[in-house]
Amino acid sequence: MNYFIIGFYALLIGGSSLAAFYQKRTAFLLLFSVTLVSFVMGIVGGESALWAVTILAGIIAFSAGVSYSFREFLAIILPKESAKIMRTAPLTAAFGLFIIFTYAITGIFAPIIAPYGESEIISQAFEPANDEMLLGADQLGRDMFSRIVYGARNTVGLALIATFLAFFIGAIGGLLAASKGGKFDQVMSRIVDVVMSIPSLIFALLLLSIFGTNVVTLIIVMAIIYAPRVFRLARSVAGNIVVMDYIEAARLRGEGTWYIIRKEVLPNATAPLIAEFGLEFCFVFLLVAGLSFLGLGIQPPTADWGSMVRENATLISFGEITPLIPAGAIALLTVAVNFVVDWMLYRSSGLKE
Amino acid sequence: MTKEKKHEVLLDIQNLHIEGYSDEHWVEIVHGVDLKLHRGEVMGLIGESGAGKSTIGLAAMGFTRDGTRISEGSVDFDGMELTTTPKADLRSLRGARIAYVAQSAAASFNPAHRLIDQHTEAPVQYRIKKRLESQEDAMELYNRLRLPHPHEIGFRYPHQVSGGQLQRAMTAMAMSCRPDLIIFDEPTTALDVTTQIEVLSAIRDIVDEFNTAAIYITHDLAVVAQMADVIKVLLKGNEVEQADTRTMLENPKEEYTKSLWAVRDFKSAQKKRPANTLPLYSVENIDAAYGTVKVLEDVSFDIFAGMTVAVVGESGSGKSTTARCITGLLPPTSGHILFKGEEMPPRFQDRTKDQLRQAQMIYQMADTALNPKVKIKEIIGRPAQFYGGLRGAELKTRVDELLDLIELDPANYYNRYPTELSGGQKQRIGIARALAAEPTFIICDEITSALDQLVAEGILRLLDKLQDELDLAYMFITHDLATVRSIADEVVVMQNGKVIEQGPKDVMFTPPHHEYTDLLLSSVPEMDPDWLTTLLEERGVDDN
Repeated sequence: MNYFIIGFYALLIGGSSLAAFYQKRTAFLLLFSVTLVSFVMGIVGGESALWAVTILAGIIAFSAGVSYSFREFLAIILPKESAKIMRTAPLTAAFGLFIIFTYAITGIFAPIIAPYGESEIISQAFEPANDEMLLGADQLGRDMFSRIVYGARNTVGLALIATFLAFFIGAIGGLLAASKGGKFDQVMSRIVDVVMSIPSLIFALLLLSIFGTNVVTLIIVMAIIYAPRVFRLARSVAGNIVVMDYIEAARLRGEGTWYIIRKEVLPNATAPLIAEFGLEFCFVFLLVAGLSFLGLGIQPPTADWGSMVRENATLISFGEITPLIPAGAIALLTVAVNFVVDWMLYRSSGLKE
Repeated sequence: MTKEKKHEVLLDIQNLHIEGYSDEHWVEIVHGVDLKLHRGEVMGLIGESGAGKSTIGLAAMGFTRDGTRISEGSVDFDGMELTTTPKADLRSLRGARIAYVAQSAAASFNPAHRLIDQHTEAPVQYRIKKRLESQEDAMELYNRLRLPHPHEIGFRYPHQVSGGQLQRAMTAMAMSCRPDLIIFDEPTTALDVTTQIEVLSAIRDIVDEFNTAAIYITHDLAVVAQMADVIKVLLKGNEVEQADTRTMLENPKEEYTKSLWAVRDFKSAQKKRPANTLPLYSVENIDAAYGTVKVLEDVSFDIFAGMTVAVVGESGSGKSTTARCITGLLPPTSGHILFKGEEMPPRFQDRTKDQLRQAQMIYQMADTALNPKVKIKEIIGRPAQFYGGLRGAELKTRVDELLDLIELDPANYYNRYPTELSGGQKQRIGIARALAAEPTFIICDEITSALDQLVAEGILRLLDKLQDELDLAYMFITHDLATVRSIADEVVVMQNGKVIEQGPKDVMFTPPHHEYTDLLLSSVPEMDPDWLTTLLEERGVDDN
């Protein structure tokens, strides 16, 4: 028994007793279940398992702290109305915003942040991390850290453009279909059904192998695959709006379809559409990464997280975590975006102002 | 009706304070209300929306809606303090000893289960009765509530019976455990006058028979006069006064109560048709159908400039459909719409901008008639901009003018969103939007039925004033005959898509009437507490 183990348990048990004493139900349940879990883990895994628990708890506490401060920061600098919204946001949403913010900064200032160029060979292949290279080198001896930084720009940027395009096509189509109705709606909807009935990955592989892989084709293919989902959402959201009396009033006034869509329907449909944007962005992003992993996405030597996973995949059998870093970067962004989207969905559905 | 059953106190609410959560802090919405209810007594709670009627009614069950809480005071039900009773105990109380009848029976029944299965749920759950026993009891209750086919109706699904029947089935359901207290939350507000009578008399009899205490929440004074032994008037979470029904009706003490009582006095002078002029709009022999279902048959009437035509009838009589034909939303299958003697294209898409401008609409639900994401200045400004081509400063002056016209302060409302306004203010904005087009004719589709009486009266007075100033013609669609009395010049009575009777108001309101007109007229509740009893005797309804 060393001091660490004694201190570890003393802290947990003391904490849970205090929580129980002050009738903080959730805090007590949390602390005491951690105590029980670490009791089992301590027996099975020994001291190192307890360290793992401590570090994990530390990371969670740290991210909670960062999210909290970030939320307060936003609440202070934003104008009054958005500040009020920020203050009621859950910590997870603040965490998501913070991660997205970090990625955006990394992507925009990539050349300044990265110590080396994205295709610059500076050492031997698979060189381990040292003072010059934070995360070691990849299979050609390029700096892993620099490539991750550039990857933020390439992968995220591409996904963002593709999602915007998909939204532009899908949302306009869906709103038009809902407002016009009749044959136009039928034709559009059936086309969309056809596109949606083809599995997306296979469709993408097919199109990319026909038209070749360059960035422009990639973006267009992504947009074609994801626009139908946006179309369906926009159409169903707008479908509920176009039956309202104020739309009837506008029609009776003699307004054109375009005015009705722009001024009457769109302002009421933005909340669900923005939420959907976040979700679609994740899917597009994952598909880009997946295609790159298969070698059909962004082409070398351009740094891209998906292909980085593939290129360094062999290292995993040597017990190295290098290929997991770009994978982790993808996962973290996806989780972050979803946190924010959940919050927006909650706001748009439950709390109508 | 004998009122000598006041033995013991059943419900005793003292100094009740209720808070609601909004804008990140708790705001008090009920400020210390006392309420004492004896066994077998019916208390009427009346007040405008936002007076806290429903909130207090729910608090009598020890229940608060999400986002509200009882902050102070006590609710004593038959010796039990409901504010401190654990939730599980409260749950076994509700349904069994205290029951609740909601405003919209259609929304409160589960559409996926048969009526009788929902009826027997509570007694079986609380082990008061066996399922079969309870089913027999349900049929007995249906019979007492004068539902047709009491032995079969329970086996239907909610959508297979009419609104009035559903409301009675709901009352039967509330009775299933023979509770000591029933809370009726506006049970007849959504019903037609003719249906309302049936529900009212059914409720009154059954409450009387089982000596059940009841709290009857409503904003309709005439209804409460029929139902309640005692009336309590509420205003913004405070009690205004409480008295015996008769005392209250004959001799209200407070100013506010008097103003409530006086609402139905407003009457505009009846205008006569001008001689030798063409009618502004003529509806000639219109037939219309939704798909293959025929909804209008040979409807014709004329509307003259500066006059108000009220179209009355129950729901489903084709009032609103006629309006849709006139505006061109539903092209008639045969017949013509004439504007100053000229025929108009049946579809609104084919009409010219000027033809569209002439006829404007004001809707029943101001909530759905105003885009919640558009500012007031744009809502009102758009028609002026669209038809009149006004821009910039000119447009702003016009919007200010219109806001002045509907008696709202321009500086205050110019930049607000519809969600920030009250129901009456929203309806005023709806009127301003119609006026902005500078029309000659406005269709008002049940525009006051969603409003409190005081607010509704304000709207009617405003419309009357505007008619005089701008020489507008109104087509007033309504099922409320009090509204017709106050504002109409001519009346058209519709039933099942046909015009039953039409003529000037004074002629229409003096006998002899058409049979159906008579039924409609006599069904409008009056402030006299004996009205319902007398009426039922006259109609010869078996009252036991």
